[in-house]
Amino acid sequence: MRIHLDTDQCQAYGNCVLAAPDIFELDDSSPVVKILHASPPESRRAAVEEAVRSCPVEALTLEES
Amino acid sequence: MRQIVVVGASLAGLRAAEELRRAGFAGELIIIGEEPHQPYDRPPLSKAFMASRVEREKLALRQSSRLAAQWMLGRRAVQVDDDTKTLTLDDGSILPYDGLVIATGSIPRQLASVPISTPGVHMLRTVDDALSLRSELPHSSNIAIVGGGFIGSELASTCRELGLAVTIVTPLPLLATALGPLADAATTRARKHGVRVIERSVVGVRTAERVTGLLLDGGTTLDADVVVVAVGAVPRTDWLANSKAIVDDGVVCDGTLAVTGLRDAVAAGDVARWPYPPLNGELLRVEHWTTTVEQAAAAAKRLLLGTGPAFAQVPSFWSDQFGIRLQGVGIPSLADDVTVVEGDPAGDRFIAEYRRDGELVAAVSAGSATALLPYRRELAWHEVTAAS
Repeated sequence: MRIHLDTDQCQAYGNCVLAAPDIFELDDSSPVVKILHASPPESRRAAVEEAVRSCPVEALTLEES
Repeated sequence: MRQIVVVGASLAGLRAAEELRRAGFAGELIIIGEEPHQPYDRPPLSKAFMASRVEREKLALRQSSRLAAQWMLGRRAVQVDDDTKTLTLDDGSILPYDGLVIATGSIPRQLASVPISTPGVHMLRTVDDALSLRSELPHSSNIAIVGGGFIGSELASTCRELGLAVTIVTPLPLLATALGPLADAATTRARKHGVRVIERSVVGVRTAERVTGLLLDGGTTLDADVVVVAVGAVPRTDWLANSKAIVDDGVVCDGTLAVTGLRDAVAAGDVARWPYPPLNGELLRVEHWTTTVEQAAAAAKRLLLGTGPAFAQVPSFWSDQFGIRLQGVGIPSLADDVTVVEGDPAGDRFIAEYRRDGELVAAVSAGSATALLPYRRELAWHEVTAAS
């Protein structure tokens, strides 16, 4: 799986960071979230799917490879 | 299961349907929605959409390309029969199901003292409600909002953004449920932004051809040419009244979100009330967006697998208003003690810890999305110990 972030949509809510803090990162000065691991291991699927679901502005998508 | 029917075509219903497909359900998937619209996002209705900063098409919720659902929009389920596993719809037709997802959400609570049939009196739940209210705003010289919860407060913020005169009438401080003892700070912030806040109850409306004002307790009157009633929501369970489902401020579920009293039925979103593990099984109903999407995913898997883990996700919420973003994790209303550990709760940036008997039950922040991360972690740890 591969995570894609639409930086035009992202409004730095940080819900993805709450769901998967090892995959996403946000500092308070940044306007958009940063993806630390764009292709996370399968073992993190549940957290990544939660992160994608929890984005209030649908900025995240998960592409299956 | 060959046929699954999802009752409710908003966030909970759509996300549950998507999860059914993701989890491999290949049968017939039917989604029933009372509104004539495809699923759309409600949070912008009081904010960006009300301010005309977001177009109608942008409200549509993204849908998985693999959804392959049959939509029955403008239709309502009026009864569920567990014996025959059928739904009766408002046109009298009968719809059989093997699995059922109850996602009927909630509707605005009404006030007998402020009838919504009065011209100029509005509620805000649907996009049509929002369009109706929005069309009146430019002609209004004094808007009155009854209720100081998220919607009332956000709407007041939007009115100020549009340069409109707005008054909130509420006997409680603003955001009292979400902020507890810090709610006075929310009232202060709203006043700083030019909102008039009257801490009274409404006892009636004054009308000519349309609403002209509100009658307040104590005998005073408030002039208003547009009134919005925003005093919370009630779960949409009327259609379950004569069923085997247990209804008690929502449809009562077990810990896995399976509906008590019905076979092969689950619930998600505003309508679902379930025993929350950190509360030692006390029933909880949560109206937050993020809780809804997680319940939808969990309920869908539960329905397909016939079993599942206790739903114990930490509730979290956000609210954009008066130039700040409030965010919270946990359940602030449980707290008996609040400590502001950083900043000023009436200012642009703060972090507050909510505790009950010394134990963390929630944290709320403004101006920092990441401040809540350690708190969410701590609250999640509590869940694990409570569930084991």
